[in-house]
Amino acid sequence: MSSSRDTSTTGSAVVKRGLADMLRGGVIMDVVNPEQARIAEDAGAVAVMALERVPSDIRRDGGVARMSDPQMIQDIQAAVTIPVMAKARIGHFAEAQILQALDVDYIDESEVLTPADEENHIDKWGFTVPFVCGATNLGEALRRIGEGACLIRSKGEAGTGNVVEAVRHLRTINAQMRRLASADTSELFALAKDLGAPLALVQEVAATGQLPVPLFCAGGISTPADASLVLQLGAEAVFVGSGIFKSEDPVRMAHAIVEATTHFRDASVVAKVSTGLGAAMLGAETSTLEVRLAERGW
Amino acid sequence: MPRVGVLALQGDVREHVAALERLGAEVVTVRACDQLEGLDGLVLPGGESTTIAHLLNTSGMRVVLEEKLRDGLSVFGTCAGLILLSREVLDGRADQWSFGLLDVAVRRNGYGRQIASFETPIDVEGVGTVPGVFIRAPKIETWSSDVEVLASLDHGDGMHPVLVRQDNAWGCSFHPELTSDASVHRLFVDSL
Repeated sequence: MSSSRDTSTTGSAVVKRGLADMLRGGVIMDVVNPEQARIAEDAGAVAVMALERVPSDIRRDGGVARMSDPQMIQDIQAAVTIPVMAKARIGHFAEAQILQALDVDYIDESEVLTPADEENHIDKWGFTVPFVCGATNLGEALRRIGEGACLIRSKGEAGTGNVVEAVRHLRTINAQMRRLASADTSELFALAKDLGAPLALVQEVAATGQLPVPLFCAGGISTPADASLVLQLGAEAVFVGSGIFKSEDPVRMAHAIVEATTHFRDASVVAKVSTGLGAAMLGAETSTLEVRLAERGW
Repeated sequence: MPRVGVLALQGDVREHVAALERLGAEVVTVRACDQLEGLDGLVLPGGESTTIAHLLNTSGMRVVLEEKLRDGLSVFGTCAGLILLSREVLDGRADQWSFGLLDVAVRRNGYGRQIASFETPIDVEGVGTVPGVFIRAPKIETWSSDVEVLASLDHGDGMHPVLVRQDNAWGCSFHPELTSDASVHRLFVDSL
């Protein structure tokens, strides 16, 4: 028999990274209201991201994109039993404090919203709630981990329905990790300088061959095949933003992407769930974009 | 050397595989019905119970696994796995189902949402003190006398079991797989 009265610790790296571990092999879906949140949970999502507009609408509407209305986040928390995440602007620690006060399960310090600080990200160590951050390369990922991020997602290019940037970022992160793993220990100092990353984290990646936190993928995943692709490239779970609720049949698309994520190596399953699915979101060619969200954050 | 499956539909599969391999078990990751054949034991990992339950249905494994569990296949569930083994799930989805091998009522997120997630040492009968990692953890609210309680915790509202066993089923509110201490896994593997 144990009592936790004098021995219990909250907000430790183990419990913050631990929730990310529990989400592995799953799909985290962007939702803008309780009905969508229920559709996501029914389809087997491991978590939902509560936000006012999905990235493709933010892209279309322009203007300043901010943290969502707390009422909307609370309505979604009340609607589902799975974890609820929400986004804060890069560097906007006051939005993050509000989200923590709302008892959200994860904060995404996200480039999809308009950055609030062009130099500093949030000091995430001071929070009990864990943070996920985006990265386009290993240096960016390790800087975020150095600031206290407990989960990294490759950024991709949100709201485009085009997986090409997600692939680029995942492949870059993995190639840079392989480079570290094959480096002589005396090379790691210069490699840390080149990456602009904390030396201790560079040494850790060199020793283990992987990030110290889980690596998920986001930005442009809009079909079951996209999910299978990025999981085979080493992502451990996927965030799907506009790809579900901007498709022709969101319920079927949500189910199909969940199945494809679980059985990503089994092409017969991915083929089956891809059949007769209706149109995916329209999507955009990234070379013609006016705003590249992935360039936000540094 | 026992042959132990880890249900690999979703969740922290890798950590369970590592813990079992350290103990010398032959480990099989299970995503389809045929992989349930020839196992001495099965682990239901941490993850999201609604997701794993959904995927058990869509993969057709629910029916096959239910029969194997009724026939006595040893099973060890952590967190989401405990929920799947319980007789009654409180605060779950309206259509939440479970295998019902453990005569307990378990409350989803009974220890709170993520910011209430915590670590604390746990005294396990016959083992000693192990690190307890509780993440949006389910709380065993009621339990029958058929349930053997191997560890309990008072987290401010009285003693609740956190590691239980009933016949061939073991359930745990916390995550021994997230620590380097494999002694809870050893209890299970030694029983096979």
